[in-house]
Amino acid sequence: MSVRVGKTDRAAAFPVAAKTALKNDQLRANVRRATDTIRGKRALRVEEMPDWQQLRDTASAIKAHTLRHLDEYLVEFEKNCELAGGKVHWARDADEANAIAIGLIRQYSEGNSHVEVIKVKTMTSDEVQMNVALEAAGITPIETDLADMIVQMGHDEPSHIVVPALHRNRFEVRDLFRETMHRPELTAEPEDLTGAARAYLRERFLKVKIGVSGANFAIAETGGVCVVESEGNGRMCLTMPDVLISLIGVEKVIPRFEDLEVFLQLLPRSATGERMNPYNSLWCGVHAGDGPKAFHVILLDNGRTKLLHDEMERETLECIRCGACLNACPVYRETGGHAYGSIYSGPIGAILSPQLQSLEHSRSLPYASTLCGACYEVCPVKINIPEILIHLRGRVVREDQATLGGKLAVENLAMQGAAAAFQSQRRYEAAQRLAQAGQMLFRKGDQLENLPGMAGGWTKYRDLKAIPKQSFRDWWKSRSKGASA
Amino acid sequence: MSDAREVILGRIRAAVGGAPDRVAYDQIGREYQRKGSLDREACLHLLKDRLLDYDSEILEVGSEAEIGGAVEEALRRAGEHSVLVAEAFPKNWLPSAAEVVVDAALATEQLDGLGTVLTTCEAAVAATGTIILVHEGAQGRRAVTLLPDHHICVLARQQVVETVPEALAAISSSRRMAMTTISGPSATSDIEMTRIRGVHGPRRLSVVLYGE
Repeated sequence: MSVRVGKTDRAAAFPVAAKTALKNDQLRANVRRATDTIRGKRALRVEEMPDWQQLRDTASAIKAHTLRHLDEYLVEFEKNCELAGGKVHWARDADEANAIAIGLIRQYSEGNSHVEVIKVKTMTSDEVQMNVALEAAGITPIETDLADMIVQMGHDEPSHIVVPALHRNRFEVRDLFRETMHRPELTAEPEDLTGAARAYLRERFLKVKIGVSGANFAIAETGGVCVVESEGNGRMCLTMPDVLISLIGVEKVIPRFEDLEVFLQLLPRSATGERMNPYNSLWCGVHAGDGPKAFHVILLDNGRTKLLHDEMERETLECIRCGACLNACPVYRETGGHAYGSIYSGPIGAILSPQLQSLEHSRSLPYASTLCGACYEVCPVKINIPEILIHLRGRVVREDQATLGGKLAVENLAMQGAAAAFQSQRRYEAAQRLAQAGQMLFRKGDQLENLPGMAGGWTKYRDLKAIPKQSFRDWWKSRSKGASA
Repeated sequence: MSDAREVILGRIRAAVGGAPDRVAYDQIGREYQRKGSLDREACLHLLKDRLLDYDSEILEVGSEAEIGGAVEEALRRAGEHSVLVAEAFPKNWLPSAAEVVVDAALATEQLDGLGTVLTTCEAAVAATGTIILVHEGAQGRRAVTLLPDHHICVLARQQVVETVPEALAAISSSRRMAMTTISGPSATSDIEMTRIRGVHGPRRLSVVLYGE
C-alpha cells in the first residue's frame, strides 16, 4: 500500500526547504500579512463566545468517542447515505481512491472524448494528488475556489489549509489571470480579479456535468454530508452538475445531526474569524428535481486507520482542518506552507503527514516546531499537538537507532555518551573536567561560539553559556573544607 | 478492490476493538450554551446587527399584507423589475408592481438569465446572522436560490432564534433533505485577505422581516 500526502516523496526536508523560504521576502511578507489578519479576526470572534472552552471540550469528546467507534459510525453513515439514494465506495489508499473516481467519471461521460469536472476546494483530493491522476486519464479538473484556482493556474502548491494561495499577492494574481484568461486589461484590484473569476467560472458551472468535492462532516445518523464555504463555488459544484463525487476521509464522520451545533460554531470562527461562513451546504443522497441525479461517496483510509492504535496518535484524527494552528505557529509564520513539503502544513501538518506515512518522507517535520504551545491553545478540538510532536521525535530517534548508520551517527554517539556520563557521579565529574578543558578554544567571554560539527547547529542560532571554571560541587567541597578547617 | 470495505473496517476493529470507551455518546458533556438568554426584542436587534455586519439589507414590516410592498422596495433599490419564485410561494406576498416568473422546473439556462429570486426560509440565527433554507415549497430548490444575483428572503420574526443549537433543533425533524445556511451574500477574502462580496452566489441579500 502506498500512502500519499501530496508530493512529499519529492519534497526536500524541512530544514532545507525552510532555508529557501526564509530568503523569499515577498513570500514572507504575504504570509505574515495574511496570518496577522486572520489571527486578529479569530481572536475577536472567539472573545465574543462566553462558552468557547465548553464548546472545545464537547468537540474533543465527540471526536474521541467517534474515533473509538469509527467502524460503527462509518457503517451507519454508509447505510443511511445509500437509503437516501447515494452510493458509498471504500478506498484503502490514494491510488484506489483515484481509480474509483476515474472509473465513475468515465462511466458517466461515456462517449465524450474531452471530459471536464468542476471541483470544490478539498484538501483530501490534494492529498491523493487527484488532479494529477485525472489529467493522466485525460480528464480536466477545474478548481473553482478562487485560491485553488490561483494555485492551479500557477502550477503551484497550496501553502495553507484554508487560504491555499495566501503566499500570492494581488499583483501576482493579476499577472496570472491576465495570461490564463487572456484579459490584459485586468487591474490588481481584488474586486476586479474576483469579478474575472466569476465570469470565467460561471459558464463552466452551468455546462460541466460532473462535480467533485470533499466534505467537512459526514453525518452517520442521516447519511448526510456537509460542506462549509464562502464563495458559492461550493454550492455551484454540489448543486448544478448531474453527478457528484465526494471524497471523504474516514475521520470526517460525526455521529448525529445535532453534533453540527458544536462544529459549526467552532469551525468558522477558528478558520476565518467569521461568526459563520457565508454558505453551508448539507445534503442527503439525491433529490428529485433538485441537484445531482447521482451521488457517490468515496471513503478514504490512506493511512488514517494506522493512527487509531495509539490513543495519543489517534487524537490527530480529531482535526477539523480549520488552519488556526498554522496562523498561530511562529515557525509557519516565518516559512509559509511550502517548506513543510506536504499539503498539510503548519503544526497539524507536522504531526499528520509523518504519521500517515509512517515517518517515511517526512522525518524532519516533527522538528519543525518550537513547542511553544500556541497551536494547542487555538485548536478548536483541543489536539495536544506539542505532546504528539515530542512523541514523534521519540519515534524518529528510536527508528534511527535501529539502523547501523543511525547507531554510528555522531548525534547518537554523543547522546549515548551523555547518557552513560549521567549514570554515575564519577563519570559525570570526569566529563565536566574534560569539557572545561575542551571548551577553551570556543570560549568568548562567558559564551561558547562556533562549536565544531553537529554542536555548531546549536551555537549558530542560540546563546550557550560556557561551563564555569568551578562547578557547584567543587565549590561546595572547597567551602566545606574551609569550614571544617 | 471490492474488499476494501472489509479491509478498512477490519483495520479499525483491530486498532480500537476492545479499547476502553472513555465516554459513551450519551455521556458527552454539553456545558455550552444551548438556549438563548436574550428577550425577544434584544434577539431581533442582534439579528439585525449581524445581518448588517454581513452586508445584508433589512426591510421591516408589520403585517403579512405589507410584504409585497417591501419586496417592491427591495427591487426598486436594486433597480430590478422581475422576481423568480417557487410555485408554492404565497400569492398574497407577491409584489404587484413587478413581473413574477414562477419556477416550473425551469432549465439552468433560463435561471441564469434571471436577476432576483424571492423565497421564504425555515429559520434564522441571531447570534451569527444566518438564514436557513431547507428547500421545500416556497423556499425554492437549491439552484433557484443560487444563480440569480439578488436573493430577497422573507423571514417571520417568530422564526428567529438566538443560537445555532436552537436553530438546528428546530429543523432536525426535516434533516433528511437538502439544507443551505446563508450568512450574508457570497464573499471571498482569498486575495490579500480583502473581503469582496459576490463571487459566485448572489451578490446581494435582502431580508424582509415581518410579523409579531
